Amino acid sequence: MHLLYQIFIDPFVQMGSAPDLLVQTLWEGLVSGVLYALIALGFVLIFKASGVFNFAQGIMVVFAALTLVGLYAHGVPAFLALALTIGVMFVLALAIERFMLRPLVNQPDIILFMATFGLTYILIGFGELIFGGDPKIMIADQLLLPSGSYSVKMLGGFVQMQKIDIAAAIIASLMVAALAVFFQKTRIGRALRAVADSHRAALSVGISLEYIWVTVWFAAGIVALATGIMWGARSNVSFALEIIALKALPVLILGGFTSIPGAIVGGVIIGVGEKLGEFYWGPLLGSGIESWLAYVIALVFLLFRPQGLFGERIIERI
Amino acid sequence: MFYREAGQYKTSYQADQALFPIRQDQIGIVLILAVAFILVPLMASTFVIDSVLIPVLIYSLAAIGLNLLTGYTGLLSLGTGGFMGVGAFACYKLATFFPGINVIVLIICSGFLAAAAGIVFGMPSLRIKGFYLAVATLASQFFLSWCFIRIPWLYNYNVSASIEVPTRTLFDIPITGPNATPVTRYLIVLTIVAVMTWLASNLIRGRIGRTWMAVRDMDIAAELIGIKLYPTKLLAFAVSSFYCGVAGAMLVFLWLGNAESESFSINQSFLILFMVIIGGLGSLLGSFFGAALIFGLPIVLRMIRGALGLSMTSATLEHINFITLGILIIFFLIAEPAGLARLWQIGKQKLRVWPFPY
Repeated sequence: MHLLYQIFIDPFVQMGSAPDLLVQTLWEGLVSGVLYALIALGFVLIFKASGVFNFAQGIMVVFAALTLVGLYAHGVPAFLALALTIGVMFVLALAIERFMLRPLVNQPDIILFMATFGLTYILIGFGELIFGGDPKIMIADQLLLPSGSYSVKMLGGFVQMQKIDIAAAIIASLMVAALAVFFQKTRIGRALRAVADSHRAALSVGISLEYIWVTVWFAAGIVALATGIMWGARSNVSFALEIIALKALPVLILGGFTSIPGAIVGGVIIGVGEKLGEFYWGPLLGSGIESWLAYVIALVFLLFRPQGLFGERIIERI
Repeated sequence: MFYREAGQYKTSYQADQALFPIRQDQIGIVLILAVAFILVPLMASTFVIDSVLIPVLIYSLAAIGLNLLTGYTGLLSLGTGGFMGVGAFACYKLATFFPGINVIVLIICSGFLAAAAGIVFGMPSLRIKGFYLAVATLASQFFLSWCFIRIPWLYNYNVSASIEVPTRTLFDIPITGPNATPVTRYLIVLTIVAVMTWLASNLIRGRIGRTWMAVRDMDIAAELIGIKLYPTKLLAFAVSSFYCGVAGAMLVFLWLGNAESESFSINQSFLILFMVIIGGLGSLLGSFFGAALIFGLPIVLRMIRGALGLSMTSATLEHINFITLGILIIFFLIAEPAGLARLWQIGKQKLRVWPFPY
């Protein structure tokens, strides 16, 4: 009885008694959700356009951020470093297409999935070899990102909002909007969706796979860079960031592999759910439930919609 | 010239359906087993047995477990590490509760507990498919590793949060714990792996294996020909987790000696998935090849480095290892996406017509 009370009544009493704390928790959940969504966006982009489940997205985030910070540390001005990093991501996209994807055209999905594991190892190795494994500080100030925080008075208390979080939310929304337009309205976007449906069919109607793949991996690289900057500004840039990729996976299945808005909505649901769960129900179960709570939330949604909230309906034919 | 089945007539269905219908294969398997059971314990050094052969065999068993699920039933799972952990921790608790029962029996029993966990976490598999299922199985992985840390009962409230293997004997010879010699442990691992591989090969040749493969090839079509999807998929999860659980229990009891939650992390799951994919999906032999390759690669790399006499800091070496491993994974996938088992098949086919291929 007492346990039931603790699970079903007590957290809500707490929420009601301190609404400002609730708003603060919600806001933090929202922000971490947006950041998860940014990583999920990189996954969605590549999955949607090539059917590859890119496990390396997490390490690409770290790699991009490390390149940026590393270049700056060698005396390159901040914005030039940013441009150079974009260049590096382009070269990476070219290399991935040439040496990994091209020989694997028309292979089963799981083989391509495994290949991205290989890519993950290579990027970890190179990243540590070139830039070293110790954490670095993101050059947020030099990139003119705001710092400090607003303190908003509401509901009988104060709610802290970091400016960088607000910036992250805005950048994420802009990127999502841009990508959605790119996919739905442009010629390349349509070609991308064709490739995702079938490599062979796309080739036969004259779509250049090489061109498409380089484009989409480059776009994912830019998303990775943006994610790296935002995550790096909140914590440090280190290989520990790699595990955030695993955090983005429940976001991905919740939103649906093929949906860009799904990534954002999924991210927010997971972020808010995770923070609320950790804050109000966490003490009951013991700490650290963050590591699996997101997956359970996603699973519950998935049982009702197996293709995710916004995923394309899976039609199976014999 | 020598590997040819010409002239070997089968006069009964039983002979035709034998596990090794070709006489050369029969001789080959007997030779391999003889070498493994008699020659290796006599000849090989303790180092080779303890740090190469035992882990490769154990990982092969885990890879077989995952192969039954992913390769034969087509359900992609990333929860292998968690199920291995269930086996290991279950075996530890059983050894605490029943000190009188032989530890080999306990290892097998812990497999059943892992199978139960597999059934529970396999439940979403009816509705969820493909990569969605892969991510959903990650839920089990993370939940189980959380349990291994947060439930102190599982490791007997040990301060270090790790499980220590007690010494247990068979015919008064210690087989687990610090006093067991590598050769004894090797022989036990080998026996269990050989028997379970034999069971698996019979399982997949029979009705159950055929229903699994039908589900893998297309589950709707399988349902139409009268296969009940849900029990079939759950059975695959159960059997796969049983194998993984036994492998996990052996990993701790017969190789590592102690373990904690970290030993059964997500990386373990990925490692075993590599073994399955590189070895060949849907091939028991491939599981052995994959385990040998993935486990052996770092050792070989270390030896090459030693032979070249390169002087680098150990951190740099570690990074170069990572890069090499990544490149090799991609290389193998490009060279033969169907895995090493396929290469073996091609080799056998070539051998059959050698030296007159026309």
